[in-house]
Amino acid sequence: VIGVRRANRPQPLVIRITHWVNVPVLTVMAMSGLQILAAYPYFGPQGQPYTFVPGWLEGWSTPEWLRAGHWLAGARHLHFALAWLVVANALLYLFYLGLSGEWRRRLFWPPRDTRPAFHQFLYYLRVRKQAPPATFYNSLQRSAYTAALALGVIEVLSGLAIYKPVQLHRLAWVMGGYDGARLVHFLALLALAGFVITHVAMAVLHPKSLGEMVTGGQRHG
Amino acid sequence: MGRIVRPSRRDLWRFGAALGLAACDTRKPRQGVLGASERWNQSVQSLLFSRDLEARAGEATPEMFFPNYHVARDTPIAPPGWKLSIGGRVARPQQLSLDDLVRLPRVEYAIEHHCVEGWSATATWTGVRVSELARLAGAGDVDFVEFKSFDHDADRDRDYWSSWDGESAMHPQTMIAYAMNGHPLGPEHGAPARLYGAVKLGYKQVKYLTEVNFVDRETGGYWEELGYEWYAGT
Repeated sequence: VIGVRRANRPQPLVIRITHWVNVPVLTVMAMSGLQILAAYPYFGPQGQPYTFVPGWLEGWSTPEWLRAGHWLAGARHLHFALAWLVVANALLYLFYLGLSGEWRRRLFWPPRDTRPAFHQFLYYLRVRKQAPPATFYNSLQRSAYTAALALGVIEVLSGLAIYKPVQLHRLAWVMGGYDGARLVHFLALLALAGFVITHVAMAVLHPKSLGEMVTGGQRHG
Repeated sequence: MGRIVRPSRRDLWRFGAALGLAACDTRKPRQGVLGASERWNQSVQSLLFSRDLEARAGEATPEMFFPNYHVARDTPIAPPGWKLSIGGRVARPQQLSLDDLVRLPRVEYAIEHHCVEGWSATATWTGVRVSELARLAGAGDVDFVEFKSFDHDADRDRDYWSSWDGESAMHPQTMIAYAMNGHPLGPEHGAPARLYGAVKLGYKQVKYLTEVNFVDRETGGYWEELGYEWYAGT
């Protein structure tokens, strides 16, 4: 039997460490990814481009300050080195989440969270006057954090499919082939960037939660 | 008279940061920490490698859209009397003309090309397996294979070249190709003969071949010397 003690701080140490490790690591992953994309910022095979991809998504000359790794080879090395750190950090987080029981109050559980998440959304839109009752995280937060985790999984799987489209051909097939995986990898990055912008804005609006992610917060229990 | 200079904590941080940056110099990505990570990634890639897995390709790319490049300023043209030399650690070195190559057992595969830049393109290639040439020349157990070309970069004073691990070179789809989409290879795609395979990125597929050498250690290549990964498996 694994002895699991209930965490007595709002943000346990493992969650804080894995959270803050993500900040520099995912930033450099995104920046080196944009440097790699700059070598060929188009989607679909040569001569048969994806016509469903809107024009504004292609032909980007990403600004220099948003890139890392100086050039294609440097960015590739950076990307493929840090990818291991991303995965190791994520595995540590997921194992902790599972073993500690923290997943119960952090992850989106549809029967419990669907309605209140929708109500929370209406509350933010000022359509509803009262926020639905929430403990620790509200249901909309749970849905956002769970979606970010799912996007992370999609990034890792589509990244592997681009890296090894022949040896991992089944995975590449699921992603719509090599070119499909490139598009998935990029769209998931845009979605993650959207999450991060919202997340940072909410943290600034609620400094207490930001403080708790640094110190762990007030002990209880 | 000496004063003991004790580095402050800030000095130590600066030193550490400088060391870290030097070890992660992306201008020399095959050295330091990044070089170590490349060697780790290389061992993972060779673990993933499957000898018998034949890659399948989708729709052919209209040939006018199939990119071509060379490092020489003008399209390289084969010297008169061109022959492909098969050498290195072999029992029976060979000098093969294009006619000799065409008379050897041939294979044909549709292969999806994966360029390091990120694009893909598909064509059908016809040629002689590198494993067939190894047998012909008596190369025995193949550790590494070097491919050299007459594509000459005047600025760097280098001929284009690359080298592969034995397993990938002996893969059934790895061939010395002399035809593309059913017609003889054109000068823009590497005539008279080029290396083509399914298990490596595009810059490993040496065009305008002159030599195939079976060697006993990992060497390098044109882009590899500049900092691109050596293994570059797909």
